Amino acid sequence: MTETATQETPAAAATGKARVATIWLEGCSGCHMSFLDLDERLLDLAGMIEMVYGPLVDIKQYPDAVDVCLIEGAVATDEDVLKCRKIRAHTKLVIALGDCAVTGNVPSMRNPFELAAVYDRAYVENAQLNKQRPTLKLPVLLDRVRPVHEVIKVDIFVPGCPPPADAIYFVVTELLAGRTPDPSLVTRFGK
Amino acid sequence: MPREIVIDPVTRIEGHARITLKMDDNGGVSDAMFHVTQFRGFEKFCEGRPLTEMPALMARTCGICPVSHLVTASKACDALLAVEIPPTADKLRRVLNLAQIIQSHALSFFHLSSPDFLLGMDSDPAKRNVFGLAEVNPGMARDGIRLRQIGQTIIELLGGKKIHPSWTVPGGVNEPLSAEKHAKIVAMLPEALDIARRTINWFKRSMDGFSEEAASFANFPTLFMGLVDAKGSLEHYDGFIRICDSRGLVVQDMIPGEKYADIIGEAVESFSFMKFPYYKPMGYPQGIYRVGPLARLNICDQCGTPVADQELAEFKQLQRGAVLSSFHYHYARLIEIIYGIEYIQRMMADPDILSTHVRSRARPNRREGIGVAEAPRGILIHHYKIDENGLVTWGNLVIATGHNNLAMNRGVLQVARRFVDGNKLQEGMLNRVEAVIRCYDPCLSCATHALGQMPLRIELVSPSGEVLDEISRGA
Ligand code: SF4
Repeated sequence: MTETATQETPAAAATGKARVATIWLEGCSGCHMSFLDLDERLLDLAGMIEMVYGPLVDIKQYPDAVDVCLIEGAVATDEDVLKCRKIRAHTKLVIALGDCAVTGNVPSMRNPFELAAVYDRAYVENAQLNKQRPTLKLPVLLDRVRPVHEVIKVDIFVPGCPPPADAIYFVVTELLAGRTPDPSLVTRFGK
Repeated sequence: MPREIVIDPVTRIEGHARITLKMDDNGGVSDAMFHVTQFRGFEKFCEGRPLTEMPALMARTCGICPVSHLVTASKACDALLAVEIPPTADKLRRVLNLAQIIQSHALSFFHLSSPDFLLGMDSDPAKRNVFGLAEVNPGMARDGIRLRQIGQTIIELLGGKKIHPSWTVPGGVNEPLSAEKHAKIVAMLPEALDIARRTINWFKRSMDGFSEEAASFANFPTLFMGLVDAKGSLEHYDGFIRICDSRGLVVQDMIPGEKYADIIGEAVESFSFMKFPYYKPMGYPQGIYRVGPLARLNICDQCGTPVADQELAEFKQLQRGAVLSSFHYHYARLIEIIYGIEYIQRMMADPDILSTHVRSRARPNRREGIGVAEAPRGILIHHYKIDENGLVTWGNLVIATGHNNLAMNRGVLQVARRFVDGNKLQEGMLNRVEAVIRCYDPCLSCATHALGQMPLRIELVSPSGEVLDEISRGA
């Protein structure tokens, strides 16, 4: 794993920087916010990595030859499954970032309920007009929300809700240094 | 031949929102649909959980404004316990809530929107992010990062964690403020105020360059809704709901939060997981209203702190009556940041703030409780019912961004009408559509495109599925 993390891609060779992507699936964005809590260390990181995809930057397509992808959130819809597969196919190291990605966490709390009852609460019981289940050009919810590793292979798990900024920094900088980080040193579930 | 244009924030790989524009027979745009594509089910899966779990659980609806959900859920739980929380707990919760408004507004202004102001709406998309900002104006990037950090650090000092603290609880807060932490908070505030004043001065000087945006960005009459205190001042934690019209006249005032269902209805549209709240007395969709920083400044009589009040007086000069252009959400955010810092300074100067009596204890005394507060993006409502054991049986959440749903759809339509011409999609359209949405700083439970630029692809599609035109922004 260490080798693949540091092995140069043509694009990385061009800039000398590691190509990093981030993505949000079924999460609250808190894991991305924790990444932003790196504060001025963000500017230092900008010299070492190239953000090639994700809500933090403006690139429209998941690119080829991504070195590391940090995934926030669980897998909750048909579209999430497709996104995961695409990421896996184009990424060397996939990191499950935060409890939602690692275990399903809060989003998976809907699993014991019938999907119809979950929809009905929001769009029938708690609505006054046009009661209906929205479907037009919208993703289809899976019956059961799943952690990322049930859909694709995950290389590194970083628990926490969210993982603290220091833990994210540790994982990313270890990878940049060509080492395989052990996130259990700096995180705990639910923290 | 009616056609549709679909704007998809990418090729399937990202995005919890997309846009469809419907064309009429004459090639004009007849309708805009802003699809929110994430649905999570909190209102259902809270069922069976003890009420004491609600604040920490509901905070997980949003990682950008978790404190708003934490505080609002705690207020709903106070109502279930039927307790009055200690005065110091009330003040501490206010400080926490305002610290979050500071950090969230800083994120919206500096990290997300300032690249548009500094680099221009049509600049290279690869540079239009916080890293690009750092290259062209490192001072401003550092200011933004620092201001957000100060807000986050106050949250951490009070709640033990920057994101998802679980410090506010039913009946108050679970730990008093120590003298040491108090001193740390006080020490950061002057720097925060300096940054905020420097930024608002810069923004006011730069605003002339954006007169076209100000004139055309979701600039239409609507109602405005938000909280004010008993004196009509800006309020973020408690108080009463006030509604003003586009002339700035009060339509309804002094409505207690618990009565929200009398004035707010929620409609469903088949194309979005986000519901469409409307002002009930005017019906749907005529009862369109806006919430958030612009609405709060439009409805309040004064801020109640000195520097913010000077700024408010200037802000109100922009337009007679209410300030209507959604472009001015940005300006309003900066004024609220100043207010937040000044208000926290005032709270910190109150000797009572170090009192150790910060929690009232009781068992559940009521079966139904409602909490209302102002989140960064607008008024937020949590409503729970419990059984005799204190287990939740039902929940309803009316989320800040949701209130602006009708207005966001209308704003997109307004821009699309200017930038779609027959079968052709004009270049400027992508940035404009995105920028209009960004004015509202939408926090769609995922907020994918609230952060950074929204990667967009627009397709003009005929009924048979044939792609007539295509345009995309990015690499
Ligand atoms: S792990 Fe926690 S912080 Fe991260 S997305 Fe899930 S709920 Fe939000």
